[in-house]
Amino acid sequence: MAFSTTLTINGVKRTIALDDPRVTLLDLLRERLNLTGAKKGCDRGQCGACTIIVDGRRINSCLALAISHDGADVLTIEGLAQGDRLHPVQEAFIAHDGLQCGFCTPGQIMSAFGLIQEGQAGDDPERVREAMSGNLCRCGAYRGITEAVLEAHKTLDALNRKEVA
Amino acid sequence: MKTFDYVRPASVREAVSAAAAPGAAYLAAGTNLLDLMKGGVTRPDRLVDITHLPDLDRIENLADGSVRIGALVRNADLAHDRDFARRFPAIAEALLSGASAQLRNAASVGGNLLQRTRCAYFYDPASACNKRNPGSGCDARGGDNRLHAILGWSESCIATHPSDFCVALVALDAVVEIEGRAGRREIPLEAFHRLPGDSPDRESVLEPGEMIVAVRLPAEAARFAAHARYLKVRDRTSYAFAIVSAAAALRIEQGVIAQARIAMGGVALKPWRAREAEQILLGGRADTALFVRAATAALAEAKPSGDNGFKIVLARRVVARALALAAAGTPERMPALPGSPFAAASGVLAHV
Repeated sequence: MAFSTTLTINGVKRTIALDDPRVTLLDLLRERLNLTGAKKGCDRGQCGACTIIVDGRRINSCLALAISHDGADVLTIEGLAQGDRLHPVQEAFIAHDGLQCGFCTPGQIMSAFGLIQEGQAGDDPERVREAMSGNLCRCGAYRGITEAVLEAHKTLDALNRKEVA
Repeated sequence: MKTFDYVRPASVREAVSAAAAPGAAYLAAGTNLLDLMKGGVTRPDRLVDITHLPDLDRIENLADGSVRIGALVRNADLAHDRDFARRFPAIAEALLSGASAQLRNAASVGGNLLQRTRCAYFYDPASACNKRNPGSGCDARGGDNRLHAILGWSESCIATHPSDFCVALVALDAVVEIEGRAGRREIPLEAFHRLPGDSPDRESVLEPGEMIVAVRLPAEAARFAAHARYLKVRDRTSYAFAIVSAAAALRIEQGVIAQARIAMGGVALKPWRAREAEQILLGGRADTALFVRAATAALAEAKPSGDNGFKIVLARRVVARALALAAAGTPERMPALPGSPFAAASGVLAHV
């Protein structure tokens, strides 16, 4: 049985033929589209390394079937920077050493991006830690990650205010 | 993962017909189902994808004051819906105490009700499990069973139901709307999940093909909004299933309890409503002694199913503290750590 799924990935609409209904969004990105930023850590929705933004919300791409997400809008770590200009969340992770080995970092950054868009945590470190608990970092860079998320929130908040004014 | 036929129905009627076939399963977000399929724990022949069906993703306020939550409403959307969270704060708190932000963004209301136990022996195809493979035995009996059931278990199965959301829903008399080949029916959520008995493979009252289309809260459920909490004790502060949890909701008039609701999670294969404990609270003054008496009644029938006798004592304390938190009043803002005993306290806590 042949299937196809149409996705807008980092702003580009593409129709992708699928020969197997079992393909997850994560495998589609990594194995078929060479977008290897999202990582396959546990592949069971526990570690958050595969976090991407689908239709405006952060999800675990390892637990999402590509065929079921026909028509979705997908943002991955590859679509975050504008040319050479890093996104404020990426800048903040560098400034605060929000990483060590880097394996979990694309998932951390996409999760932080999603969290700031959700607007639930604000500038409260405890709320940030709670809202980032779906992203494991085995190097233990949590302190830098929390600081990075708080700073990115501040930067993006200021940018939004400027745009409104 | 075994391969499967993929079906995308255009209507609920088509979905029900496609899912009635042996070996078929509904696919919503798939956050639990795909995990189980990857582990070879469940091996459906056909997935009926209901995520593209219209009209199942709405939260509706009905004319009689009840609220109808469509089966495809995402957990996060329900918890963050301002009007809903204001009227049903314990439900929002329960939702936000569960899983991770990524999972709550995907997981659906209907899927939450139908999620499977997290018993490690159920998840391990090499272990004996009467739920996964009827008649094969139960390796959790005599195994690592610190987190297993203390109420309603049988020799066949000592697993627990993992949902937080369902615990708060059962406390507030939620009703499940079900569509089947014979039409629509509804059933109280409290009667939806089955206790294991001799057939732990039959987990709910759903017949083949039947589909959850909505969960409804009666108008009365909103009357507890000023005194409603969810408390969840787990091995980690966040992103862990409950060892024991409790939803407590009170209606207090001039210092006297006029109405009380208590349900427990992590203690049985279904959310456990504690009606006798509710009766004890009626007409009493909201104080620690009364809460301890009610909590003791809530666990009166509890029995360890293994190395988990501590859960009986823990559950008593969790119920008493949930009642104390509810009596102190629903906080204006959702706690930073929803449902956590480590959250900043409001009011006097019951240390029992």
